[in-house]
Amino acid sequence: MTVRIVVLAKQVPDPETPPSQFKIDESTNKVIPPNGVPPVVNGFDLNAVEAAMRIRDSGADVEITVLSAGSHFVMDAMKKPLAMGADRLVLVDDTGLDEIDSAATVKVLAAAIKKDGPYDLVLGGRQASDWDQAHVTLGLAEILELPLVSLVQKLELKNDSVLLQRVIPDGYQEITAPIPSVITITNEIGEPRYPNLRGIMQASRKKPEFFSLADLGLSLSDLTPKLVLKKLYVPESNKQVELIVGEDEADSGKKLALRLREEKLI
Amino acid sequence: MTSVLLIAERDVLGEISQSTLQLISAANELDDPQLTVAIAGSAPESATSLAIGKLVTLPAISDDEVGIYDQITADVAALVTSTNPDIVILSKSDFGTVVGSRVAFRLDLALASDCIAISNSGGMVNVTRPVYGGSALAEFEFASSPAVVTLRPGAYEPNVDAGSPSIEAFESVVAVNKAASVTGTVAQAGEGVRLEDASFVISGGRGLGGAEPFSVLADLANALGGAVGASRAACDAGWIDHSHQVGLTGKSVSPDVYMAVGISGASQHMAGCSSSRVIVAINKDGDSNIFKEARFGVVGDWEKVLPSFLATVRELRA
Repeated sequence: MTVRIVVLAKQVPDPETPPSQFKIDESTNKVIPPNGVPPVVNGFDLNAVEAAMRIRDSGADVEITVLSAGSHFVMDAMKKPLAMGADRLVLVDDTGLDEIDSAATVKVLAAAIKKDGPYDLVLGGRQASDWDQAHVTLGLAEILELPLVSLVQKLELKNDSVLLQRVIPDGYQEITAPIPSVITITNEIGEPRYPNLRGIMQASRKKPEFFSLADLGLSLSDLTPKLVLKKLYVPESNKQVELIVGEDEADSGKKLALRLREEKLI
Repeated sequence: MTSVLLIAERDVLGEISQSTLQLISAANELDDPQLTVAIAGSAPESATSLAIGKLVTLPAISDDEVGIYDQITADVAALVTSTNPDIVILSKSDFGTVVGSRVAFRLDLALASDCIAISNSGGMVNVTRPVYGGSALAEFEFASSPAVVTLRPGAYEPNVDAGSPSIEAFESVVAVNKAASVTGTVAQAGEGVRLEDASFVISGGRGLGGAEPFSVLADLANALGGAVGASRAACDAGWIDHSHQVGLTGKSVSPDVYMAVGISGASQHMAGCSSSRVIVAINKDGDSNIFKEARFGVVGDWEKVLPSFLATVRELRA
């Protein structure tokens, strides 16, 4: 029997954008997209795609659907999970989704999962690298009324359940969860695989499937933010670095040690 | 008046945690606050002697519940429903993240996580939180009540007076079928000083280029009685175990000296070390962001700088 896995994915500004190029338009409270730095799929969500692919690698018959809600999707970015090996890409695409909060995002994703499901596993990254809230996947478990396990670094299907390793500060917990469950994946799982040429070719031929809000029985009036963004800005740093310069690099190392001793720091 | 419900956590000894005391400090800065602290299990003396209005005990969290938190989520949700506070605050810990999110979504309440400031006036609750990995700050206003907030540890000082709160037990009637359960715990604690407790931390990043150089960092950490950290890039590359990761999604450290070697200083990394007393940077790229965050720095190749630094440290301590 095919195990149906849905992986939640979000398009975000590239977190590797150099700080010098990270700019905010304070009149609209939005990040100004840096020139030549295209958006990417949130890295933690790629960890979740990797988790789904490892279930397939273990020999299970799985169908992997990637689901995202947003707008202005850049297909080169959003198709990366397909190039890694996912089967389907489902996009809820509506410019109105620009302005919603994480609670509304959960509503939209829950409606899409109910329409496109049922799924055996719902996987998401531990958090998104733009707003860093870590709400959506956790909230989705509540709205879908499914069991939740967060911060998972390893998972393995066994009969009608899934065996999980959940990361804690100095080790991990072993957890057994039923199917279906909602699971957040953390970067401890390891680097997401690089798409190979065959994957890239297959992804280029696949067409995303689109849902509108109306398809999901939702309208923007259902999605009014409960948490309203008032101001977004880059904080000023007033730190002044004291550069230690010696005759050569080895001498700089020595002088650094002496300077730290002078300050009674070492 | 602002009624505030704080969900407490315990330290390893079972006493009320420093992060919970920070929640109390934050709540005390609100407009005419009335504080209730809820704690799972029987209350330790460190909780019963706090200067707060009321202490509520909830059913204890069983060992197979830790990390899943089905029962405590149901209990906190029932407590919020029955007491209807203006604001619910938890720590942005593993516990607070899971329980705070679940309670908020279960009760359809607005939620802001990992906040560094909270205030209220005229019935409106405002929070500030770092976003984009710390590159920016965002200020939000809650448009619904109760507001659910998780606070970043270290954002407030844990200054709490002694007092004698009224104490009551909250017996939830919600029965929860355990869906997932913990079957075991595997400890992977490293040797030596714990990263979170070390007064000297030396961390390596992508600039180290491989696993081997971390032994040089370990030598230096040993010489100074400190611990070795790493950037996420170095951990994800497999050069060092993830238990050494410092940053937004790793550990938060606040040593006297945080030495960053071959680390560019991305805001996601700085989120885990910016409360260090002094940051020292060694990086061959003088334009890298770490020099904007550091107090002392050497622009140079760590392979040349570190050995003489280590030799001098050994001489000074001999």
